[in-house]
Amino acid sequence: MAEKIKFTIDGKECYAEQGQTILAAALDNGVYIPSLCYLKDLIPAGSCRICNVKVSGRFMTACTTPVNDGMEVENNTPELEELRKSIVEMLFVSGNHFCPACEKSGNCELQALAYKYQMMVPRFPYIFPEKEVDPSSPKLFIERNRCILCKRCIRSIKDESGKSLFAFKKRGNKLMINLDHELAATMTDEMAEEAMEICPVGSILRKEKGFDQPIGHRKFDKQAIGSDIKSVI
Amino acid sequence: MRNAVQNILKKFGNDRGRLMDILKGVQSELGFVNEEAKKLIAEGLDMSYVDVEQTLSFYHFFTDSSRGKYTVYLNNSAVAEMMGRSDVAAAFEREAGCKFGSVTEDGLIGLYDTSCIGMNDQEPAAIINGKVFTNLTSYDVKDLVAAMRSGKVVSDLITKYGDGKNSDGLIKAMVANNIRKSGDVLLTSHKAGEGMVKALDMEPAEVVDIVKASYLRGRGGAGFPTGLKWDFCRKSNGEVNFVLCNCDEGEPGTFKERILLTEYPELVFEGMIIAGYAIEAQEGILYLREEYEYMLAYLEAVLKGMRENNLLGENILGKGFNYDIRIQLGAGAYVCGEESALIESCEGKRGEPRNRPPFPVQKGYMQQPSVVNNAETLASVVKILKNGADWYTMRGSRESTGTKLLSVSGDCKYPGVYEIEWGIRVRDILDMAGADDVQAVQVGGPSGECIGPKEFKRTICFEDLPTGGSIIIIGNKRNLIKDVVLNFIDFFIEESCGSCAPCRTLPPIMKNRLEKILNGHGVMQDVKDLEQWGAKMKMANRCGLGQTAANPILSTIRNFREKYEELIRKDVDFDSGFDLAAAVADSCEYVGRKPNL
Amino acid sequence: MSKPIVATTSLAGCFGCHMSLLDIDERILELIELVEFNKSPVDDIKVFTKQCDIGLIEGGCCNSENVHVLKEFRKNCKILVSLGECAIMGGLPALRNGIPVKECLQEAYLDGPTVIENSGKILPNDDELPMILDKVYPCHEIVKIDYYLPGCAPRADLIWNALIALVTGDELKLPYEVVKFD
Repeated sequence: MAEKIKFTIDGKECYAEQGQTILAAALDNGVYIPSLCYLKDLIPAGSCRICNVKVSGRFMTACTTPVNDGMEVENNTPELEELRKSIVEMLFVSGNHFCPACEKSGNCELQALAYKYQMMVPRFPYIFPEKEVDPSSPKLFIERNRCILCKRCIRSIKDESGKSLFAFKKRGNKLMINLDHELAATMTDEMAEEAMEICPVGSILRKEKGFDQPIGHRKFDKQAIGSDIKSVI
Repeated sequence: MRNAVQNILKKFGNDRGRLMDILKGVQSELGFVNEEAKKLIAEGLDMSYVDVEQTLSFYHFFTDSSRGKYTVYLNNSAVAEMMGRSDVAAAFEREAGCKFGSVTEDGLIGLYDTSCIGMNDQEPAAIINGKVFTNLTSYDVKDLVAAMRSGKVVSDLITKYGDGKNSDGLIKAMVANNIRKSGDVLLTSHKAGEGMVKALDMEPAEVVDIVKASYLRGRGGAGFPTGLKWDFCRKSNGEVNFVLCNCDEGEPGTFKERILLTEYPELVFEGMIIAGYAIEAQEGILYLREEYEYMLAYLEAVLKGMRENNLLGENILGKGFNYDIRIQLGAGAYVCGEESALIESCEGKRGEPRNRPPFPVQKGYMQQPSVVNNAETLASVVKILKNGADWYTMRGSRESTGTKLLSVSGDCKYPGVYEIEWGIRVRDILDMAGADDVQAVQVGGPSGECIGPKEFKRTICFEDLPTGGSIIIIGNKRNLIKDVVLNFIDFFIEESCGSCAPCRTLPPIMKNRLEKILNGHGVMQDVKDLEQWGAKMKMANRCGLGQTAANPILSTIRNFREKYEELIRKDVDFDSGFDLAAAVADSCEYVGRKPNL
Repeated sequence: MSKPIVATTSLAGCFGCHMSLLDIDERILELIELVEFNKSPVDDIKVFTKQCDIGLIEGGCCNSENVHVLKEFRKNCKILVSLGECAIMGGLPALRNGIPVKECLQEAYLDGPTVIENSGKILPNDDELPMILDKVYPCHEIVKIDYYLPGCAPRADLIWNALIALVTGDELKLPYEVVKFD
């Protein structure tokens, strides 16, 4: 077995595999670094920016930065938590996140982070952007009002030959997620289910599915996001 | 259509990595890349339709529907506005009979805005079907539109060619060089091969040592030591190394690469050859912004000539070095000037900056070690090799050796390119450019610093005021916040790749807040909000574009605070800016009642 | 010492937040010991009869009447609280934001499937009617709001905790379960 690297997060001694990212290593060490676009086993995107940590005075995304020997990572500091909270707030105003009507409410990771940071109201003005909903594929609704452009679906949902079912379209504040209609028509139920599952918000929804989990029984109703992280090392 | 698309696919070997060229080829043929063409391309490249669309829809100049037989892209940079762009735009709309962002009903003329096209010294300027038109007046517009209506070829609309190579048969552009000051490094005579013969007689590592000894730093703006970059690349483990020359100069107000490529292309290419030799590469790619497509044929001819003279190709100058250069055309995206976004674009993808590490010198183009250098950096290398590192370090300042090309524009008598030694005072630049009555100088483009007269004693160099070369002079007659800052923010909104949440979200919000202040509803809290939000842009975004996109606001609040304070209300500490009359206007009009306020 | 005075209103809301206030159950007896209500649907006082300490605002602003009432509240209350998602971010009514108001009116009064009879193509335009705003505004985008209590509706415990904190000056208790957006 390869030698483990020693590093610290907020002074706590941690160990990492060679080449492991700060975020993955943190999880193994029982340290929660908030994130949205990160998903285990996916190539990190570094796009939500929530997992920003500070190393040697520089901000860097924990999901993309490999651990170096002796690295001193700042994670749970007022400065970083404030930054993360504002990114969550930004995501709320940049879409149309009407939680009471959302199928994912209670299981939504964006909402869960807002709960974690006790966001009573976003400190940015609402934009109410116009977003197009795409209901045209047989198994999925694409609800772009809620999309946070984390690329999880782009990175993970591929057909047998490796072609992407999802991709970005346009750029800047017009950036949107785009589903390939031809490939979507060939999607199996399992793939459709997986697409919905990996979406951290309520942007990818299965058609013909009832959302019957009662309030109080959903993932983040009683337990804050990240509170279940335990050391596996 | 099927045949046309398939021929283009074939020309590029059905290679996904050449998607940019394929899209460009199809668009040149059909005028657009519509659904059918996208399907054919996806099929031919064995990729999904949405992936083709992902690249296509990212770039400003690609389109999936017709933008007219004649497509006018009128620059909307701040300097274009200063020089009378709005009159020209109005004339276009009047004469053509359609608004900007649309095509005339008969499909003849399309009018579109575009970010800085590298002609700040001769604005207002537009690109019409790939050809550049400079110093436009509303009078010219009348003639241009009439000529379009009569079906003339765009190249025939150019009546007078610019100086130097601009009048070469392969360029034939009305662009003026406006070289105002030549130094003895860059804008001076160059004998083809004079730098590379020296290099090719050395070991590659020795070449790197000389560049290191010259303390040459990247000329794109960031100033990373060039020799060190090459060294890192050499030390990376890859199968093959690449040289990429950055000619994307999208920073508004920069146009020095235009001069280098028009007048000294051999110098730039030679720099690429030396870099290629030093890092032991076999291929170099020059990334040319689409705005400079008018030089493409000429540049290709120069490359051909260099191949014929064995400066490129197999066994160069009999030294056993094999190396060639291809030109990759961009398609309108400022962010592709960021080195990793440039690489993505060269690979046929949307120009989204990559996460770092790995750095391009570790995993760059095709995941191989790559050096990305600015054209000016590479041009400087040639003279360093020719004359030696000591010769070079005699020029410039302590931490910024050599000379630098400045692109000077705005409110001055002599806009153009100046080759100066690093360390020059801003005041001296203003004197040279014939600028009096100056309110502010924007150093380094919108992402740089806006300074006022008190700071004109500061010097241009990495130790003080670093710049990729854009110097925009803003006269006292301008409204700094409205005419300049707002325009720069619009630029960043337009050019963000959208990947990072802060970069795609905050600039539009900050713009609204700025407008609220300009409309007389600002309070002190608004200025504080802008400062705090801007600080978050710096902290949270991935690339230089995103980190500096709030600079127009931050640096003017810092250096021209009084201009903000003049605008805000002192009688209250809260003003939502809500305007009832405006909010009910539409509904009242529709139902046919007089607003009762 | 006189009791703090509370006013409440529902703008473009569904009265769900007011229902949630009533959901504090028997604590309502405690509440009326602690505070006095002024303008509010709770006691049916229609106009402010005195300066109030706390104003609870349910709903966002979708028309000129909402704006007028909200401004009245701002004038008459020391502290204004946005109660619930609609007050905070427009809520359900704000689903129309992004659709031009003309299209909304057209759908509602002329072309929509629920339009049974409007052969005269009449659009409500009497001067007595409130004027429709171009979009639904969160309250804090019109007047200054001091505190926000999210939820649809905000949990009764959240409202209770907030009122107690405002009245007593003690720190607001925010257990994880009480701050929810649905």
